[in-house]
Amino acid sequence: MELALFSILNGVVYGMLLFMLSSGLTLIFGMMGVLNFAHAGFYMLGAYLAYTLSVHLGFWTGLLVAPPLVGLLGALVERHGLRRVHRFGHVAELIFTFGVAILIEELVQFIWGRPAKSYTVPALLDFPLFRVFQTTFPAYKAFMLLISVGIFVFLFYVLARTRAGLIIQASLTHPGMVAMLGHNVPRVFMVVFGIGSALAALAGVIAGPVLGTFPGMAQVLGSIVFVVVVIGGLGSLTGAFFASLLIGIVQTFAVALDYSLGDLAGGLGLTVGRTGLLSDLWPITIARVAPILPYLLLILILIARPTGLFGTRET
Amino acid sequence: MTTTFAPAARPGQGTPAIELIDVHKSFGRTPIIRGVSFAIEAGTRQALIGPNGAGKSTIFNLITGKYPVSRGRIRLKGEDVTGLRPYEINRRGLSRSFQVTNIFPRLSVFENLRCAVLWSLGYRYSFWHFVDGQPDVQARAETVLEQINLTARRDVPAGVLSYAEQRALEIGIAIAGGADVILLDEPTSGMSRGEAEHVVQLIREVTAGRTLVMVEHDMSVVFDLADTIAVLVYGEIIAHDRPERIRSNPAVQEAYLGVPVQREPAC
Amino acid sequence: MSTPLPTASPRLGIREAGLAGWVQRHGMWLAAAVVLVALPQILKSPVAISVMNQMGIAVVFALSYNMLLGQGGMLSFGHAVYFGLGGFVAIHALNLVAQGSLYLPVALLPVVGALGGLFFAALFGSFSTIRAGTVFAMISLGIGELIHSSSLILVKFFGGEEGITGNRTKAPPLFSLSFTTDAQVYYLIVFWAFVATALMYAFSRTPMGRIANAVRDNPERAEFVGYSQRWARYVSFCAAGLFAGLAGGLFAVNYEILTVENVSLTASGSVLLMAYIGGIGFFFGPILGAIVFTFLQSMLSDFTGIWLLYLGILFLATVMFAPAGLAGILVMHRPAWRARRLHRLVAPYVLAAGCALVAAVGVVGLLEMVQFVVSGPAGRVTKRLFWITVPVYTVWPWVVFATVALAGAWALWRAAPIAAAAFNDASRPATRP
Repeated sequence: MELALFSILNGVVYGMLLFMLSSGLTLIFGMMGVLNFAHAGFYMLGAYLAYTLSVHLGFWTGLLVAPPLVGLLGALVERHGLRRVHRFGHVAELIFTFGVAILIEELVQFIWGRPAKSYTVPALLDFPLFRVFQTTFPAYKAFMLLISVGIFVFLFYVLARTRAGLIIQASLTHPGMVAMLGHNVPRVFMVVFGIGSALAALAGVIAGPVLGTFPGMAQVLGSIVFVVVVIGGLGSLTGAFFASLLIGIVQTFAVALDYSLGDLAGGLGLTVGRTGLLSDLWPITIARVAPILPYLLLILILIARPTGLFGTRET
Repeated sequence: MTTTFAPAARPGQGTPAIELIDVHKSFGRTPIIRGVSFAIEAGTRQALIGPNGAGKSTIFNLITGKYPVSRGRIRLKGEDVTGLRPYEINRRGLSRSFQVTNIFPRLSVFENLRCAVLWSLGYRYSFWHFVDGQPDVQARAETVLEQINLTARRDVPAGVLSYAEQRALEIGIAIAGGADVILLDEPTSGMSRGEAEHVVQLIREVTAGRTLVMVEHDMSVVFDLADTIAVLVYGEIIAHDRPERIRSNPAVQEAYLGVPVQREPAC
Repeated sequence: MSTPLPTASPRLGIREAGLAGWVQRHGMWLAAAVVLVALPQILKSPVAISVMNQMGIAVVFALSYNMLLGQGGMLSFGHAVYFGLGGFVAIHALNLVAQGSLYLPVALLPVVGALGGLFFAALFGSFSTIRAGTVFAMISLGIGELIHSSSLILVKFFGGEEGITGNRTKAPPLFSLSFTTDAQVYYLIVFWAFVATALMYAFSRTPMGRIANAVRDNPERAEFVGYSQRWARYVSFCAAGLFAGLAGGLFAVNYEILTVENVSLTASGSVLLMAYIGGIGFFFGPILGAIVFTFLQSMLSDFTGIWLLYLGILFLATVMFAPAGLAGILVMHRPAWRARRLHRLVAPYVLAAGCALVAAVGVVGLLEMVQFVVSGPAGRVTKRLFWITVPVYTVWPWVVFATVALAGAWALWRAAPIAAAAFNDASRPATRP
């Protein structure tokens, strides 16, 4: 009972974090047709910048300053890099963002070094919020949830209720037509890319203390975010939302479950062997299989429904 | 199955080359083709005309398998091909050109034609033949190259050809496989008078003895080439007849000019 | 878009008969074979041999990747799966041979790797090649991460953290040829690399190879000339997996160990880099890319800890400014070569290269010093840079390197247009009398 409750809570926190990351990615894809490999890199940059700022000027300065800085960097990357590569085609764009991702990872190691940084939760939020039986729920996680939900509401409001949001939504599906109506579509792209990067950085700022601030953090989360975006449907914010929660909860639950695959097979009435190259498979618990579940889901969805759960486009 | 160069059955005999039976097509809730039924005799030249947006290219896309029909059946040389994939239909002897040039831009002109003949000559997915060393492939591609008058541009990447040259290549790819039913979608669009005349002559030569269906807007080309004309308006065939009768058909005149033609008073 | 494929279709004209004609057509291959066989005699050091072995494996791997990307238009982020799985199958076979359960000379082990790669490509390709483009790329990423993650679960097959090791000396010799030293393995690798390259080139000259190009250029039109794009992609995918597995088998023979790193996203990314830097639009592009990449990887890592950063910068520069890759740059000079005006380019190019080199020295110096300050060994205050001992914590090295970088950049900014103008001039079509 306690396990289920906390798994759901933690799953939702993790899922909303994934949403913060995947919303930017799916917006960028929906508008420009580019799957931005460097997105997780901006997440990492946000965490590292916030760490450095927090060491000298406090956590809250980091929270306020790092995302806009990274957003600016993202806009510059779009303006001077991606836009130039755009005319070489989608494959070249994908390869370019892949290169940016590599470069960011190397730059982070170059500037901050290889060991993990001790980016800690600010003292103000470092207390348990509530307690159910033996497990406590830290206030910081509630804070994370608050920020993520706030971003969700903000995005929803901006996209659905403001004029700028309307233009962005239109550019998501009909960039050519929007350009014909006199809007500076390249500037819209740059702004969206910048905002997407800033969102990723914000996710990094708040997740850094909890998930760790180390040079591999982009790779760890990067693939999961892609899985979320593709499962949810490329270009669909609703899809990103539901897929983030789905993956967040599934992964958190899977890690907590101790049943082995052999138990599952036994439950289905199959007997399993003890020797052979695949004999490792059966005693494995679901917890150990947890890391591969998102990828399995990705492959299954791509085979069954290449446009994802809510998407309408494949490319 | 190898298609040969032999012409199809003589006109007026046997099964129609293409038959559409009560074909409907809707995109979402918008009906585009509303119950089209007609047959095209083997060995004839047929033109499909109509105002913009009538659905002519859609008919082509339905026949060639690019879109599935919402309702109805399509027969190719007597065989039901409704719902088959484009390559399955092509392998049964039907080939088409496109309104918007649809060639292989990074391959040379010669390579474009060569790719179009490979299946019809039986090479399938073979990775155990050297394509350069197959005389039948080379000969067939060279013949078509000469027919479309692009021998001088043999090794030029297709993407850098001029518009008219690309249109010629477009037709070349459609005929290279030796299909006996050929669909040409606006073959002379965007061409000058002189270029269009060349293309008409080319079409006349390469479709001798075969069935040709062509979508065209240029009426002089239509009246020059076609044995029969079908008129498509808002997804329905309103006339299907010989050219001179189409010219005087009041429904056709109304569709094109938009005003009801004054009929002489009955008294 | 990027440069077109060279069309090497020989005309149906008169070809020189007999031996002379054969040599003319295949001269390049003969010359390459001769050079490859002679190389260990010229570069004798163990380090050189080891690097050349690495290059041979990389060449096969990169060429197999280009069957997907350059020839087939399929961008894969998980090609290392077939390389690694082929290698794992090979090394397990090697262990079976050592136990006596299987008879197989070491020389044939790469074939086992190839079959392993083919098996898995046929398996995973059955659903990954249904669609092309972004969906294909995402599925390949998913499969790559799936296999990489499952390596910690399937410990018997993947060997967990330590990987699986083998011993090639335990295998029976073939025609009394044993492969114990690196130099002997070199000849084995060169043999298989040559065979693989020839086969992959031959593949591109078959109907299947041509259709792969057609499906890359215009999958829709390919269907309208009778070919199923899905089936064409599947065959290309299986062929690419076969040769990737062959490279994996060579890796198993050379290093006698396979680890989970060999199926990682890093490995898949490396082969993408190699192929792209070399030039995906030309058959020989990935060969160049593999050689350059391996060279930088093995040589640079001895001199600097941030060689990956330099590689990343090089890669990004290639994507932005030279998307046709090294091969593209070389082929770009063909008109000048034909017009016999290449010699006119020597002076402007040397000038521009010199300026670029100066700027690079400055930038590298600055980067290395930053690296030293951030992550250098504690207590040390000097760093050996460009054969000079530099006191990093004083001001003047920074000033010097910065000045050098700026001066070089400015000079390059002036020299580059001269080189470009010389290139344009040399490449004009020759005027006929």
